[in-house]
Amino acid sequence: MLPHAEMVHWAFAAGILFVGLCLLSEAIVGPEVWRRRKWRAYLWPGVAFALGVLLWPVMAFFTNSAIHMYAHGAWAQVLMLAGGAELGLVHGRLRSPLWRLTWPLAFAVSGIAFIVHEQNAWTFARSAFLHHLLGWTFIVAAAIVLPLVWRPRSIVFRSGFALIVVAVSVMLFCDRDVAPVFGHLSPLAGVAHR
Amino acid sequence: METTFTRSTSAARTRRTSVRSKVVSLIGPATILAGIIWAILQPYRLTLLHPVGQGFWWLVFEPPLLVAVVGVVFIAVVARPLLADLEEADAASR
Repeated sequence: MLPHAEMVHWAFAAGILFVGLCLLSEAIVGPEVWRRRKWRAYLWPGVAFALGVLLWPVMAFFTNSAIHMYAHGAWAQVLMLAGGAELGLVHGRLRSPLWRLTWPLAFAVSGIAFIVHEQNAWTFARSAFLHHLLGWTFIVAAAIVLPLVWRPRSIVFRSGFALIVVAVSVMLFCDRDVAPVFGHLSPLAGVAHR
Repeated sequence: METTFTRSTSAARTRRTSVRSKVVSLIGPATILAGIIWAILQPYRLTLLHPVGQGFWWLVFEPPLLVAVVGVVFIAVVARPLLADLEEADAASR
């Protein structure tokens, strides 16, 4: 009686969208105003960390091959690491700006995991297309968020970070278990259920 | 101190704050609108509109509604207190 994999993707998309909107707001108002209420400073890093924790049950219950399990496990680890590092930086327990390298690392690992664990071509089915697209998006995103290590207050890079996270949520919302992409669905993928 | 320079800097800051307030206050409604437009374009994604024969999870996960709910939560939890803080910060800096 487990939900379909696509439903889990939509649930994560909702959480990621919320993180993206928080990041966008923070980029617009600036860190001083954003941190005027203590709880708000912990909000998006906390949600990101929680999403990392929630990826573990996804890894345990929703993966049907070793390579899927490794990919979901890798995402869980890097998301917990990046969210946790951000929580430490906000709290003041971590001081080195190098901890911000955890986001480019998380994006690079996520991108590679997406591309490596998708073994079908781009137009095999919608999920295959989205896996490739998400993988390359994350790899480009790693380069975009890298300057935040040295320029954490840059509105351009902060907005870029936020918009990438929103774009990732949109891609996850587009995911279906078996559906065509641009009118193409490989007969090997199965029958589209709706 | 009351000089032309101080007045113009203060006016510029107020204008900037007002633009930022408008953008922040639009994020939530824009998200809700995106969910509504999606629901109109793809009504079959809302199983609540044709619930007969749908399983439990199909009735729980309604992607366009999820988007709209994120917008509502964002307005209630983030945008409202953030706008109040933005105004406070602007008033304090004047």
